[in-house]
Amino acid sequence: MNAHIKYRIGKSRGFQALTIVLACACVVPLIAILAYIFKEGITKINWHFFTNVPKPVGEPGGGIANALLGSVIVISVASLIAIPVGILCGIYLSENKTTKLAYWCGLCVDVLQGVPSIVIGIIAYFWLVKPFGSFSALSGSIALSIMMLPIVIRSTEETLKLLPDSLKEAAFALGMPFHRVILKVIVPCGISGILSGVMLSVARIAGETAPLLFTAFGNPYLSVSITKPMQTLPLLIFNYATSPYNDWHDLAWGASLVLLAWVLLLNIITKITTRKWKVQL
Amino acid sequence: MESTIVSTKGFNAYFGTNHVVKDVNIDIPQNNVVAVMGPSGCGKTTFLRCINRMHELIPGATANGTIMLHNENVYDMHPIFVRLKIGMVFQRPNPFPNLSIYDNVIAGYKLNGIKLPKEEKDRIVEHSLTKSALWNEVKDALHKKGNFLSGGQQQRLCIARAIAMEPEVLLLDEPTSALDPISTSSIEALLHDLKKNYTLIIVTHNMQQAARVSDRTAFFYLGELVEYDDTKKMFTNPKDTRTQNYITGRFS
Ligand SMILES: Nc1ncnc2c1ncn2[C@@H]1O[C@H](COP(=O)(O)OP(=O)(O)OP(=O)(O)O)[C@@H](O)[C@H]1O
Ligand SMILES: [Mg+2]
Repeated sequence: MNAHIKYRIGKSRGFQALTIVLACACVVPLIAILAYIFKEGITKINWHFFTNVPKPVGEPGGGIANALLGSVIVISVASLIAIPVGILCGIYLSENKTTKLAYWCGLCVDVLQGVPSIVIGIIAYFWLVKPFGSFSALSGSIALSIMMLPIVIRSTEETLKLLPDSLKEAAFALGMPFHRVILKVIVPCGISGILSGVMLSVARIAGETAPLLFTAFGNPYLSVSITKPMQTLPLLIFNYATSPYNDWHDLAWGASLVLLAWVLLLNIITKITTRKWKVQL
Repeated sequence: MESTIVSTKGFNAYFGTNHVVKDVNIDIPQNNVVAVMGPSGCGKTTFLRCINRMHELIPGATANGTIMLHNENVYDMHPIFVRLKIGMVFQRPNPFPNLSIYDNVIAGYKLNGIKLPKEEKDRIVEHSLTKSALWNEVKDALHKKGNFLSGGQQQRLCIARAIAMEPEVLLLDEPTSALDPISTSSIEALLHDLKKNYTLIIVTHNMQQAARVSDRTAFFYLGELVEYDDTKKMFTNPKDTRTQNYITGRFS
């Protein structure tokens, strides 16, 4: 009997050890990647790197100012499109759980989440770039906004569904019309969850390359016009890392580190703001 | 004899095909407290929620018959007007967690986009909180969030929020079921006071409470209004055997 219990305790210990080992095994590649990018990238980064555009082949130096600005513009425009549409759609889904439209809309959102980003890029190319006759930052933003939508919609919907009905009833019982109940009570109470979905969707698209390949296309010069081709960080990394020049490889490593830091920062900000804005129910 | 403020005729309410309020005819006199009693699941809450048209917000819920507020059928009025005139306090306190105590009290104005001068708001907040016997406890913390109060304080905050809108009728669904005896008695005292300006309809499971606070009592059983009379008469000399059984505790 005693031996049997000992055997079971031993088995339990072994299992625990296994979970720990496997957990470490997951962390190791992650740390390795981060460390490697940091090591390669950090030596290329200086003030000059942020304020200059890339130099032609052969000239040393050069920076990623155009890609940095381009990324900010492309992502901002994508957010301007996706956030309002996504939040409204999420509100619709959380408020109408049983309608046919909600069912199909939910299904589309799920499918959209699974569409490979390259496919979205191609669609944007055929529907926007070709008809307008030119690559443009705007078409890239639209492609990215489509990638943001499912994340924003689902996080809004899930957040709002968790709010108790009693909250809505309190508002209705005070004679509030539906739109005010939503805008003044439901959304403010769920703001932290909605915000975290928005931030995560921005972090998600910040590194997307495929939808931008045939839309924003890239641009070696500084450009702020959203109807013209525009450089972004992932595009710069893609184009320069696959080039045969060492100077350009350096630029790509530096840009990779910047992109990584950006995404990391967004995640940290998300954690902090959602905690700060959380409404205690 | 006082005038009637709310009166229902042949009123029915359903959840899908489940008939939960059956042919209710009742006249509520102005400035009275009417207690609604009956075993669990007999449709008290549902009936109360029909009066200010909250019932129809539940998917699949329907109702027919008339409920008159003065001389107007509430089912012909816009629900927003109905709810402004007939306030409600829920069984479980539900202050707005994103608003301060102050803003909770004037939520009916603030969230409806009705702009008031600051003095007017201050007056309403103080008046409503005083009426709901909460002013002394929160007057130094008006700008703190309302959901840090105790359950009883939250319930009184919800009452303040309802009376701040100056409704004509106030519906209270077991307002003290989650409260300790001290909070309960302060709310009961409050009901007594509110009667001067409002008409109150209160659902309660507590017979002593009904006897203490109400002028008239309605007894519901399986969705029917079985008996409706002066509270005193009802408790001393009930006509219907079902009421008798309930009062003497022969079924719950
Ligand atoms: N949201 C709902 N959907 C479907 N049926 C419901 C719903 N709420 C209540 N019912 C049904 O309606 C009937 C009456 O419920 P109601 O809440 O009015 O009872 P009650 O008298 O308030 O009971 P209690 O004293 O327990 O609060 C019950 O049989 C219940 O099953
Ligand atoms: Mg009830």
